[in-house]
Amino acid sequence: MLSAESIKKIDREITKYPADQRQSAVMSALAIAQDEKGWLATETMDFVAGYLGMPPIAVYEVATFYGMYNLQPLGKFKITVCTNLPCALSGANEAVAHFRKKLGIDFNETTADGKFTLKEGECMGACGDAPVLLVNNKRMCSFMSNDSIDQLLEELSK
Amino acid sequence: MINFEIDGKPVSVPKNGTVMDGANQLGIYIPHFCYHKKLSIAANCRMCLVQVEKAPKPLPACATPAMEGMKVSTHSGQAVTAQKGVMEFLLINHPLDCPICDQGGECQLQDLAVGYGASSSRYTEAKRVVANKNLGPLISTDMTRCIHCTRCVRFGQEIAGIMELGMAGRGEHAEILSFVGRTVDSELSGNMIDLCPVGALVSKPFRYSARTWELSRRKSVSPHCGLGSNLVVQVKQNRVMRVLPRENEAINECWLSDKDRFSYEGLNSEERLRKPMIKHGGEWQECDWQTALEFTANGLKAVKEKHGAQSIGALCSPHSTLEELYLLQKFIRGLGSGNVDHRLRQSDFRADDHVQGVPWLGMAIADVSRLKSALVIGSTLRKDHPLLAQRLRQVVKQGAQLNLINPVDDDLLTKVANRAIVAPGSMAAMLAQVLKAAAESKEVEVPDGARKATSTVSVSDTARAMAASLIDNKPAAIFLGNLAQHHPQYTDILVLAQHLAQITDAQFGVLGEAANSVGAHIAGATPDRGAPDRSGSLSAAQMLGMSAASADTAGAAAQPCQAYVLMNLEPELDSYDPGQATKALSAAELVVMLTSYKSQAVMQGSYADVLLPIAPFTETSGTFISTEGRVQTFNGVVAPLGETRPAWKVVRVLGNMLQLDGFDYETPDQVRAEILSAAPDVSSRLNNSLGGFAVGDTGQKGGGIQRIGEVPIYQADPIVRRAESLQRTSDAAAPVAWMAGALMDKLGIQHGDNVRLKQGEGEAQLPAARDDKLPVDCVRVASAHPMTAGLGGMFGEIVVERL
Repeated sequence: MLSAESIKKIDREITKYPADQRQSAVMSALAIAQDEKGWLATETMDFVAGYLGMPPIAVYEVATFYGMYNLQPLGKFKITVCTNLPCALSGANEAVAHFRKKLGIDFNETTADGKFTLKEGECMGACGDAPVLLVNNKRMCSFMSNDSIDQLLEELSK
Repeated sequence: MINFEIDGKPVSVPKNGTVMDGANQLGIYIPHFCYHKKLSIAANCRMCLVQVEKAPKPLPACATPAMEGMKVSTHSGQAVTAQKGVMEFLLINHPLDCPICDQGGECQLQDLAVGYGASSSRYTEAKRVVANKNLGPLISTDMTRCIHCTRCVRFGQEIAGIMELGMAGRGEHAEILSFVGRTVDSELSGNMIDLCPVGALVSKPFRYSARTWELSRRKSVSPHCGLGSNLVVQVKQNRVMRVLPRENEAINECWLSDKDRFSYEGLNSEERLRKPMIKHGGEWQECDWQTALEFTANGLKAVKEKHGAQSIGALCSPHSTLEELYLLQKFIRGLGSGNVDHRLRQSDFRADDHVQGVPWLGMAIADVSRLKSALVIGSTLRKDHPLLAQRLRQVVKQGAQLNLINPVDDDLLTKVANRAIVAPGSMAAMLAQVLKAAAESKEVEVPDGARKATSTVSVSDTARAMAASLIDNKPAAIFLGNLAQHHPQYTDILVLAQHLAQITDAQFGVLGEAANSVGAHIAGATPDRGAPDRSGSLSAAQMLGMSAASADTAGAAAQPCQAYVLMNLEPELDSYDPGQATKALSAAELVVMLTSYKSQAVMQGSYADVLLPIAPFTETSGTFISTEGRVQTFNGVVAPLGETRPAWKVVRVLGNMLQLDGFDYETPDQVRAEILSAAPDVSSRLNNSLGGFAVGDTGQKGGGIQRIGEVPIYQADPIVRRAESLQRTSDAAAPVAWMAGALMDKLGIQHGDNVRLKQGEGEAQLPAARDDKLPVDCVRVASAHPMTAGLGGMFGEIVVERL
């Protein structure tokens, strides 16, 4: 189901916890699975559940609780803009408006070319850099003025 | 102990006790939804907020540890304000559909809203709506009503042993659901309905059929598994509408298995027999009681005159009451025959000459919750005795060890320390290994009765681990399950287990298959023991003309009767060898059936001559003696259906008609008094030990492919077989022929192929299915099912052919 390389990564995560508590690695395992597949299909979650020896529904609970897990296929780049208070006060709403205009999509939508998906995010713990956004859960971008957004989109479009 | 105060009253709770424990002790009610005494603490409903002196804010009583000198107020201004605030939030999204909600009238949210809710809502925004889920044929959902207490989720994880429901999403989007469209298949799932404090999970069979306040609540006892679970049967207009658990900490706690809860549908089945029927010239005709009883009495008289009293036999069900079984055996013995038996699924009766008492659990049910080690032989425990399995699951979680010797390896939803999955023919040998290992470890001699069996086996590591588990962990117990009791080598297994229990100083129990398995022995519904001339005291197998399982038993020749009285039985589903049973019955001159149902098999079959409609457990008073020896008497909860009569009355009248002595009872109380006056102390008659039986060679019996014929959970007795909703669950799926991959390859069969199964003259066609956990050269084919009723014995050789 998952590649040998992903399995190896998951095994490494499992070693961080006591031997009888494999399920502690569920969050990292889901992240690794998502990195490989792009999103978490039911079968993928089923596989992770079987691999960690936990009930599938418990995996589903985790996957639906956190915003970084994609339960549907998304565009190549998922842009998650924080809209919590500090970011909003520092221009997050303007940033979102700029994305809407530039990409022609709203939150939870994907551009026609399948490149970008726009998501609304919660506090990312970097309020001093507001407004902030995440690209594919991994890359944090700070002080997102309209110019910085244009630059980012141009870079990603290449 | 920790001493503290609630509402000015002093209370002390053990270390780790909570404020809620203290309040329960004092009888002070703190409103709550998510807290449940049998489940872990979640503290997520926040309804139980109370004021604690010096605490800066209200604290949840269920999750706040009691502390020395703490002063708690449950009804102070701060506490009540907090509780009202929580209630306002809980009601924000809750629909106002109480008038059509099945929970209405017994809803905790509704009740507490009376005390803590405001008369109007300040919330004017849109309410959220949650899509309903299909959780299977037993639980109906209205998920918008859910208040996210997670009791159902915790029940699955902690009690049922399988997490089938979970809470997905977060915040406003949180909802209870099963993993992408799966159903809830636990055999304890109905308890989630009781646990749900609102109307989100309600009973599907009961849905919209009555308002709860219209129902009268009557006490009863479950007629299914041997536990004797206590019931509240709810009745409307003389019809059983619903069954709920009656709390009894010593038996079923506050739970009920789905079989006990939903089988009531079988009581209202279309197949219920309402009037007596006689077969005239191959045609069934309804008649009145007088005609039917005269026909029966004259028929029995004629057979007695022609063939002698000893050609009359009575077969009865351990699901019948003590009084019914007692009167039936008294009736047969009054006629001059000792042919009476209730053990239709048993095949090995060699123990009969050696028994010293009535087989029973060997301990109180509640003591199972104190075990540190258990060896279960021949049982998929969670299907045979769901609530006993639940108790074992809890002790295993606390560190007890469960060991298993069984021919099938179904998931028991609990940790199994050591398991030996062996062919039926090797179970006794496996047990002999454990016995040998235990004797070696304790440095004692194997008792004489088991020496031959242990001398031929070599001890495996698994056997050694099982013996060590029983020796090192006390208290320990050994249980013989249903499958062991049906096994052709039951006596060998029983004796080996008995010696093992003695050597390891473990308790030893035989799990009662049916509600009245112990009671049937107490009632005397077994053939006379030790009679020098076996004729006139035949066991069930002999009466039905089955060749004895073990040829070395003296006097076990098959001797079919000329007249049979069957009580509460469907022989094609309730006997060890249904093919042979039907054959023996068809050859008899007279077959009288006291039954609650007119099954297709009887209506179209040729064996029965007269049908007398008798009342099921809800329509008569009676007594069950549970597997722990507990005597429980219950009353009828509804009037008998149609012209149905309680079986004890029917047998009494037959006794009068045939002018037998001692059939002048007016009430079942008199019958019960007569039974129990002879031996008022039932517990003194319970004893699993056999005296002076020596086990022979336990080597692999029989060649070829062996059948493993267990009884499916929802096929065990006539009532549950007609419970429509249970019959739609995954546990009631049509039987298939399970085989390990190696055997399928050998026979050239693919998963899903149709195969022909043959045992003697009987055959059946089933799809094949693969289960690599089965032992080699075994095929698992469920018994007690119409699709396999044409086959032979539940164990023994079977031929598998590709179609």
